[in-house]
Amino acid sequence: MIDVENLTIRFGPRSPLVVKGVSFSVERGKSFGLVGESGCGKSTVLRAISGLNRNYGGRISLDGKPLEPERSKAFFRDVQMVFQDPYGSLHPRKTVRSQLIEPLRNQNLPIKENAVADVLKAVGLDPSLGYRFPHQLSGGQRQRVAIARALILDPPVLLLDEPTSALDVSVQAEILNLLADLQKERGLTYLLVSHDMAVIAHLCSRVAIMNGGEIVEETGIDQIRSGHVQHPYSQRLLSASRAYGKQEMRPAEIMSSA
Amino acid sequence: MTEPLIDVRNMEISFAHGFVKAVRGVSFQLGREKLGIVGESGSGKSTVGRAIMRLLPPTAKVTADRMTFHDTDLLAASEKRMMEIRGKQIGLILQDPKYSLNPVMRVGEQIAETYRLHYPKVGRKAAETKVLEMLEAVKIRDPQRVFRLYPHEVSGGMGQRIMIAMMLIAEPEVLIADEPTSALDVTVRLDVLALLDELVSRRNLGLIFISHDLNLIRKFCDRVLIMYAGRVVEVLKASELDNAQHPYTQGLLASLPSIENPPARLPVLTRDPSWLTQPTIGA
Ligand SMILES: Nc1ncnc2c1ncn2[C@@H]1O[C@H](COP(=O)(O)OP(=O)(O)OP(=O)(O)O)[C@@H](O)[C@H]1O
Ligand SMILES: Nc1ncnc2c1ncn2[C@@H]1O[C@H](COP(=O)(O)OP(=O)(O)OP(=O)(O)O)[C@@H](O)[C@H]1O
Ligand SMILES: [Mg+2]
Ligand SMILES: [Mg+2]
Repeated sequence: MIDVENLTIRFGPRSPLVVKGVSFSVERGKSFGLVGESGCGKSTVLRAISGLNRNYGGRISLDGKPLEPERSKAFFRDVQMVFQDPYGSLHPRKTVRSQLIEPLRNQNLPIKENAVADVLKAVGLDPSLGYRFPHQLSGGQRQRVAIARALILDPPVLLLDEPTSALDVSVQAEILNLLADLQKERGLTYLLVSHDMAVIAHLCSRVAIMNGGEIVEETGIDQIRSGHVQHPYSQRLLSASRAYGKQEMRPAEIMSSA
Repeated sequence: MTEPLIDVRNMEISFAHGFVKAVRGVSFQLGREKLGIVGESGSGKSTVGRAIMRLLPPTAKVTADRMTFHDTDLLAASEKRMMEIRGKQIGLILQDPKYSLNPVMRVGEQIAETYRLHYPKVGRKAAETKVLEMLEAVKIRDPQRVFRLYPHEVSGGMGQRIMIAMMLIAEPEVLIADEPTSALDVTVRLDVLALLDELVSRRNLGLIFISHDLNLIRKFCDRVLIMYAGRVVEVLKASELDNAQHPYTQGLLASLPSIENPPARLPVLTRDPSWLTQPTIGA
């Protein structure tokens, strides 16, 4: 469904490459996970796919058709993104309700009476929050508004950048179940970035591990679950993730284990 | 507990002329310890943190029987006194770090400015060196380059680390950190926590750590408050988190996903209306 071939991105003509020739494919109806160190280029890859950054080298195709750097309106009907920081992606002076209606209006789609209330309920928010502004919401409530805005168009492809990082684990469970249900019912395709390997393991069938702007390894989820990864960076990341919460987090222990 | 750093008794906070009751009677004392706060999204955690710093919007109404930092009554203190407290004595890392930075100033210069505000005798060059050291300490790769970036040019996790560096550089006595590590990968997160832990124990600070990360709270904090709908419903030693008695806390622990054996469906909470009216617990 999504094919990324030799993607390169730099910010400014003389700056070094931030994304250094990344290639991967996401199968229709599947979830693909992208993990790696903070600052390694994950959000930059997602933003290029979403059309937010047109300045990239290489090729990105959707459903077998190569995309022009400038995305068409139809593209946004098919692909929606949930950004890593909901605060920055929501309009500060528009109510939740008007931001949720906006994508429907942009696509000239009918606005059903209950559309806003339904999508808010789906992400566990009280419909009365529709009349608030983003700064009148908690961090996790904002994140769920951003998810609702991506879902309201019912798009076949979702790009999800840390979509549950601001949610308590019970609300996170509800959102992950919702995403899994939507995928099962409607065959949605997900590209998911998360620092939580358990979230990745829960939703994804394949995973690419990035480091320093490159994919160092792509593997199936069973290898992640059983801890059988090849590249030294993948091994380090995975063993730290598996030990996380089980071993001490005090300096003495960490220093000696490093 | 010997003399607490922060003492909050029966704090109540509402918005929109009392229509939104965000905090409904929260009491706790912070000593020289690492106090975790976990809780439902929207339960009032960030609101409590901002209220202590007096950073809530004017639409918020805050009352408390007591709200002190040492001997200072935080409800009655002048704005001038609050300016001294903010940053220098109590540091706050907001939940959306990139949006608490000045968008048109290079991040390194912002940290340097904070540093020189607290240490006016330090020269420009020395401040810059100190900032580069701090960026390196929070495991930023290539601190020289990142020093010169603007907030919109840094990644989510870099933004969090920049805020941590900015707060630590002023060495306040109390730190309130609202989800400070949620955008960090596990290895960088452990390094940053080690740095925080080292500072808290070396300088004998008090830390309030708001987080959804139960694995982190369990191993990093000393005590933990569990908040639900504006109240504290349970207080535990962090190491005893797994023995929680309140059904909300138990439900949280049950909804943690797992790397090794993910269930087909994650268990979700059934929220009992009686949780809303149970008395709040002091800590
Ligand atoms: N507009 C920009 N100008 C200059 N550099 C940028 C810009 N946007 C991103 N970068 C750089 O690109 C690199 C990758 O950033 P990116 O946001 O993709 O990281 P990430 O993998 O998503 O990290 P995190 O997990 O912390 O969110 C970083 O070094 C960042 O400073
Ligand atoms: N300015 C405001 N006006 C009206 N309601 C508000 C305002 N700010 C916050 N609230 C409400 O107060 C409640 C508590 O918000 P707070 O940000 O403290 O939650 P939180 O526990 O930090 O949640 P999260 O984990 O999602 O960040 C929420 O229901 C929120 O919608
Ligand atoms: Mg990112
Ligand atoms: Mg919050």
